[in-house]
Amino acid sequence: MKQLLMGNEAIAKGAIQAGVNVVAGYPGTPSTEVLETVAKNNNGNIYIEWSVNEKAALEVAAGASYAGARTMVTMKQVGLNVASDPLMCLAYIGVKGGMVVVVADDPGPISSQTEQDTRKFAEYSKLPVFDPSSPEEAYEMIQAAFLYSEQYQTPVLFRPTTRVCHACATIDVPETVPEHTWEGFVKDPGRWVIFPRLSKENHIKIEARNAQIAREKNNPWNTIQGRGRLGIATGGVSVSYVKEALENLQSSLAEKGQPETDLMKQVRLLQVGMPHPFPEALAEEFLNEVDTVLVVEELDPVIERNLTYLCGKYGKQVRILGKETDHLPYAGEYTNESVKSALAAYLQIEEEKTEPSAPPQMPVRPPVLCAGCPHRASFYAVKQAMKGKRAFFCGDIGCYTLGNAKPLDMVDTCLCMGADVTIAQGLKRTEPGTTAFSFIGDSTFFASGMTGVVNAVYNQTDIILVVLDNSTTAMTGHQPHPGTGMTMMGDVVEKVSIEKILTAIGVTSVETVNPLDLQASVAAVQKAAALPGVKAIIFKSPCIALVKPDGACTIDRETCINCKKCIRELGCPAIVVRNGQVEIESSMCTG
Amino acid sequence: MNKSILLCGVGGKGTVLASRLIAASAMAKGSEARTAETIGMAQRGGSVVSHVRTGEHIYSSLIPKGQADLIIGFEPAEAVRNLPYLKKDGLVIVNQKAVQPVTATLGGMQYTGEEMIDYLQKEAQVVVVDGDAICAQAGSVKVLNIVLLAVAAASGKLGITVEELKEAVKKGVKPKFYAMNEQAIDLAVKSYKGM
Repeated sequence: MKQLLMGNEAIAKGAIQAGVNVVAGYPGTPSTEVLETVAKNNNGNIYIEWSVNEKAALEVAAGASYAGARTMVTMKQVGLNVASDPLMCLAYIGVKGGMVVVVADDPGPISSQTEQDTRKFAEYSKLPVFDPSSPEEAYEMIQAAFLYSEQYQTPVLFRPTTRVCHACATIDVPETVPEHTWEGFVKDPGRWVIFPRLSKENHIKIEARNAQIAREKNNPWNTIQGRGRLGIATGGVSVSYVKEALENLQSSLAEKGQPETDLMKQVRLLQVGMPHPFPEALAEEFLNEVDTVLVVEELDPVIERNLTYLCGKYGKQVRILGKETDHLPYAGEYTNESVKSALAAYLQIEEEKTEPSAPPQMPVRPPVLCAGCPHRASFYAVKQAMKGKRAFFCGDIGCYTLGNAKPLDMVDTCLCMGADVTIAQGLKRTEPGTTAFSFIGDSTFFASGMTGVVNAVYNQTDIILVVLDNSTTAMTGHQPHPGTGMTMMGDVVEKVSIEKILTAIGVTSVETVNPLDLQASVAAVQKAAALPGVKAIIFKSPCIALVKPDGACTIDRETCINCKKCIRELGCPAIVVRNGQVEIESSMCTG
Repeated sequence: MNKSILLCGVGGKGTVLASRLIAASAMAKGSEARTAETIGMAQRGGSVVSHVRTGEHIYSSLIPKGQADLIIGFEPAEAVRNLPYLKKDGLVIVNQKAVQPVTATLGGMQYTGEEMIDYLQKEAQVVVVDGDAICAQAGSVKVLNIVLLAVAAASGKLGITVEELKEAVKKGVKPKFYAMNEQAIDLAVKSYKGM
């Protein structure tokens, strides 16, 4: 039946069609919906888990693949940094059941810390990588990826980008789901136990395998279209921008009275859907028939450098244009417009540009903590308690990074998952007289915050750990985690207690407070600041998206003196000024 | 016939559901559809945009600038922000109420919905909708997306009739909410015809 599927849903449904048995992952935009969609469409035969972090997810899947099960791991690009230790090693050991590691890249970046390119990671780890250009291609490609993985007994990477993950397309998905059965784990220490000698032997095999793949010309994901001498090489979502631009430029030629010019007779398009191992033989054939090549790819110049390298290797006089020749930018995502401009210049077609009159000044609208978010209350309480005192506030990854915005202005640093706890320790060592706060969410605490707390206790670095416990993984869309008492299979399990963990580690004082009780919260912070050692405050109040609103708040006109302190200090989007008067915007208020 | 429709507004107001409903209606008529939506961090009160393209042989899920047949603005300033996507003879349907960002409230840099709508009217063909009044009549602020879609359907620029929209809504929302949504559609169509 034809369905409108988001790229991530298409990947999930493709994996189900490929007979996936085990799926593990950690939430992260733009990858999250892949695992969630498998869970929604599970006929009961697939084991699915949100793991505590990406490293755990990859290892769980690897174990299942050793037994012959087909597995999928899902994460965003920075998650691959966390999982890189097991993945680099697994590349040498290999798998038995097909294993696809879905890593979503985020050009822009739109919701990430970095613009890293997983195709580069594929080169580094020597693993094959699939790079879908659209949701419908992702659906087909993920099925091929499982077979490829099994054929070569290696994990493979699958790298969609945000505009593929979050775009929807019409896809035909069969009603029936094939079943994949597996043999079971066969003990074989010579295969599954990594030792230096085995790694050397396998390294030789990996290089030979990659060289063989590079010589294949019949890979359906790498194609040449058109028959002109002007080369265009592209991959990923840029394929759609290139095709859209060629069509637009073709119709603008017709409008200019040059309908006889057929661009597809002028250009030759190399589409690379599997950029590593790079399709060397096919690319050589392409380079034989063109005079120049414009490479259109987001993030790193992977195709561009491979083509430049091949020109050197085979002594070809073909000029390769792209990022390294300033024809297209390195940073940020590409758009229909930027690609069309680059192509128009390359094909020497004049672009028509109409500039509208200047619009009135538009407001900037950055994302903010939701109306009624308990994190706002937590930040406010700490700020009030530390008023006039020297303190720094280390933040982490999650909704609460938004605590950096004015008027709260409570995030001095943010780096990567779990780093707040340890960055605070480094800062504290350089400024012993300053109170070091580290803010971490509940899901982030489990993912990679705990080790940092052990480090502080062991090395006796005084910090105040503030756990912002809203009982969910809010930023990515409310996934369960070890502290929620729910698993992705829908089981109700014992909640892992953050309080007990901190006490067991040896944190001097652990206090749990409701951040919406301002007085108690301020008192808890002041008490912790006065104590020596590693202290913790757990601000516990559920995410407003999880609880039913109990009617909008109102302003007590008897006591309100319209001083606007609430506007200047809280920054709740539901508190607005209308005609000079502070009011509650009832359509936004969550109670 | 291919249609490109851009929906824009402030996170959390139902633009994603609205774009899915347009796509579903088009698919029910045998057409292909592509959409691209803002999901993730920007949803927290930030500017959001959904692109919907229906028809045949659509390459990009994003609408190139100057090629949208219709812009549905949930908020006046966001409609202005995305106006470069509108094609020459395109239509803008815009909700009249401005949503002030916290930054504007803080810095006293408030703008008015009127100045944004004035600009839109100078640049394009515009239908201004008092969406909040219709929502109040229908009984929920949450049907703003349906109200704007209904006006778009009634305008004839959506490529989908009011009846087809109702069918898609019936399939796309929980049964207990359908009556309210249907009422919102009827009120919106009535208000459009009265303009």
